[in-house]
Amino acid sequence: MMVFRQAKWDEPVLFELGGSSKQTFAVDDEFSGEAEEALSKAPRHVLRSVEPGIPNLSEVEVVRHFTRLSQMSYGVDLGPVPLGSCTMKYNPKVSEELASDRRIVDLHPYQDVDSVQGVLEIMYLMQKWLSEITGMDECSLQPPAGAAGEFVGALIIKKYHLDKGNTGKVEMIVPEAAHGSNPASSAMAGFKVVKIPTAPDGETDIEALKAVLSDSTAGLMLTNPNTLGIFESKIVEISDLLHGRDALMYYDGANLNGILGLVRPGDMGFDIIHLNLHKTFSAPHGGGGPGAGAVCVKSGLKEYLPVPIVDFDGRKYVFRYDLSRTVGRISWFYGNVVPIVKSFIYIATLGPSLREVAELSVLNTNYLMRKLAGLRGVSLAYGEGRWRKHEFVVSFEKLLKETGVSAEDVAKALLDRGFHAPTIYFPLIVKEAHMIEVTESESKENIDALANAYKEVVDLAYSSPELVKSSPTNTSVGRLDVLTANHPKTLAPTYRYVEKLKDEGP
Amino acid sequence: MHNWIPNSSPEIRGELLRDLGLKDVSELFSDVPPQLLLARDLNVGFGRTLAEYEVVRLFNTLISKNRLSEVPSFMGGGLCQHYVPSAVKALVSRSEFYTAYTPYQAEIAQGLLQALFEYQSLMADLYGVKVVNASMYNGSTASAEAVLMAARAKKRRRILISESVHPEVVEVIRTWGFGAGLELVNVGLDRESGQISLSDLRSKLSDEVAAVFVQTPNFFGVVESVVREVIEETHRVNALSIVYTHPLALGVLEAPGAMGADVVVGDVQGLGVGLNFGGPSAGILGINDDKELLRQFPGRLIGATRTVDGRERGFTMILQTREQHIKRERATSNITTNASLEALAAAVHLSLLGSKGLRRLGEAILGRTHYLVKSLSRLESVDLLFPEALHFREVGVRFPVNAAQVLRTLASRGVYAGPDLGRFRGELGDCGLVCVTELHTKRDIELLVELLGEVVGRGG
Repeated sequence: MMVFRQAKWDEPVLFELGGSSKQTFAVDDEFSGEAEEALSKAPRHVLRSVEPGIPNLSEVEVVRHFTRLSQMSYGVDLGPVPLGSCTMKYNPKVSEELASDRRIVDLHPYQDVDSVQGVLEIMYLMQKWLSEITGMDECSLQPPAGAAGEFVGALIIKKYHLDKGNTGKVEMIVPEAAHGSNPASSAMAGFKVVKIPTAPDGETDIEALKAVLSDSTAGLMLTNPNTLGIFESKIVEISDLLHGRDALMYYDGANLNGILGLVRPGDMGFDIIHLNLHKTFSAPHGGGGPGAGAVCVKSGLKEYLPVPIVDFDGRKYVFRYDLSRTVGRISWFYGNVVPIVKSFIYIATLGPSLREVAELSVLNTNYLMRKLAGLRGVSLAYGEGRWRKHEFVVSFEKLLKETGVSAEDVAKALLDRGFHAPTIYFPLIVKEAHMIEVTESESKENIDALANAYKEVVDLAYSSPELVKSSPTNTSVGRLDVLTANHPKTLAPTYRYVEKLKDEGP
Repeated sequence: MHNWIPNSSPEIRGELLRDLGLKDVSELFSDVPPQLLLARDLNVGFGRTLAEYEVVRLFNTLISKNRLSEVPSFMGGGLCQHYVPSAVKALVSRSEFYTAYTPYQAEIAQGLLQALFEYQSLMADLYGVKVVNASMYNGSTASAEAVLMAARAKKRRRILISESVHPEVVEVIRTWGFGAGLELVNVGLDRESGQISLSDLRSKLSDEVAAVFVQTPNFFGVVESVVREVIEETHRVNALSIVYTHPLALGVLEAPGAMGADVVVGDVQGLGVGLNFGGPSAGILGINDDKELLRQFPGRLIGATRTVDGRERGFTMILQTREQHIKRERATSNITTNASLEALAAAVHLSLLGSKGLRRLGEAILGRTHYLVKSLSRLESVDLLFPEALHFREVGVRFPVNAAQVLRTLASRGVYAGPDLGRFRGELGDCGLVCVTELHTKRDIELLVELLGEVVGRGG
């Protein structure tokens, strides 16, 4: 059994480090006379009146502070992060090194295209490769993350119908099991969200879909495999139903890892898709971001893509701005180029072996699922007898009823055993859910260890539930008080609030 | 088979299959309609798996086609080349940080959470506001979210935007506002001062306006001295004032929050974050209200709390009920992934600088800008776009000929400046921007001015 003890530094907040008069980062004074002259001419009221409260620390203090904080963080380089729908795979070191080259990070976005032919070629190839992988015809790399790509998709659907004069297309259909960003993106594009349930076999309830389908339907947002990890086997029929009503099919690419090189959304009948390059194509997640989110469409929708896209004019790579129906810019410049470069290196390295990524991620998933499904108090949600793809969902409802130990308690106990917990309480249609995705990056030994950790926790829940409920104890801090954190009287989103609470109390 | 896929060897793959009672992995896809299964290999990459040294060679061949300015780049337009301290690079390269996910499991992610809490605290202080979120994608999307938030909070659809705001930011706001039916109204420029025209603003303000959006230093590098008046006028119709500012300006220039701004936006590029060909960066979004507006605030927020037993301090994500994974179609935004790593870089850079270093860095940039303005105004063939204005970092110039042509000639001599403003507005085809930062020496600036004199003197 792996022993896990996370670093526990009693690390003060930056503002408590006692830095008022240290030697800070040196700045030259070649222009101090010029600065004085400029300041003396400037109207007083545009100049800073109160010095910001940033402490003045030496470099060694700053480096130790953040190094200690890094030791109290946990990423894929420390162990499995089996967060379902997040695809936390290994981030190759070669990508980090290459993408930090000066000839990438020092490039200015307004440089003449003649001076950026290398990076444009990379972006052009990525547009082509992502089209091939998804079975679509054209991609834009501009969305800075998956949700931004979804938003682009929803805007394309909106504009497509408006261009045809169909002002009545106001509804977007979204399964209850969908990622939360789907309904949120739809709402931002001005759609009314219509929900449909999941059938007992774990697939979209097609009768419910037929019942809500109408001339008001603008589109359907779907992820396939869905958030239960189950492949929507009636996807062609669903696409035909939607297309029969002149509605568009939108594919949420968050779950693409399980079908890479095996099945393509474009072939299933989808019209628009977004990808999360930081999930499927291994750009690191950065503790929350940056990501990169391509959006790809069938040829009929190409003119709607955000501009610019990269094109080859027969002689050199250029930016094209002349898409006639473009939804506009979703972000300034050309997307998050550094993660795009990392994904380029990933795809360039693996090439057609991307198929093995999908095969092993699915094999790993089902191997682990079998081990967990047999545990006491644990049940598989939906789709009995169905193989899963990139992820699966188990419910601890029975465990909670029988022992008082919740899905959250189990998650915290996994932390104590050196594993990041999976996604919990999602999808919303499963009670006491753990949504688990081990990706192709985990070895058999690691998957076995994770399964053993689950078994140990579940057994402990039946013998000494209070021990599970009092976890975690091996992490930097114990269980946190979320109510206090969120209460209006004790809310503390900055250090000023912390000081104020100290002085005045809640 | 590849070493990024540990179970891809035939032996282990076979073991896993046997455990599941399967002969072939295709059986796991038996629920996929057969006509949907791809019967060929994907045509991606270079036809086969490459060894690491092959990828390195290939990559180097590709990026050797990229060229960089020989002296530090003078290119502006929202992003400028700054120095990224080695300590920043080293700390954001800690893989405990960069391979981490969003800190959903707080107890195992205290370090990341504390760092993001420190980012929020530093930025709130710098901008003079109460709350700053843990980052948006970049300055343009932070601006779009700010405008959408204002429209929700005020239940109004009209947004007034100064003509001196970055044109791409305006384009992004337009795209994001399409679904919500926002009406963007341009407020003209005062041609003398290079700032928002107060008279045009007054003529367009009404109780249908949700927000007024201004930028200082603005797109032309001009420090707007009328921001206070803009905010007062905005408040008169009970609308929200949104002020876009670059954080590096705030060592010397007044914090927008201190001038009464309700919402502040910015982008951290230059503060620990490289040019990156335009991205990634991190967007700054803050509000000066922790009640009404906080309910409409988009994005992730970290807060301080205690452990359940009350003994220790800790940090956790807060107010998640505003976010998409809980509130779904009623969320304040669809944002999920943000730009935590760049926010961390900005926090580290600010920590290295301290308030004193930030002030000195601000002065170093201001001094260079002043020197550039003086040097350019001595050139007969080049006019400053706004000669009377106070500039910070960027300066707008007008040439007697097409600006794109001038800048291309300059680039061919190894000196990069721009962008030409014709790319944004046809009538500004003879104008361009020049940016100076702490990286430039007097010699660099003199070289630029000499070259400009030569090139323009020759008629481009």
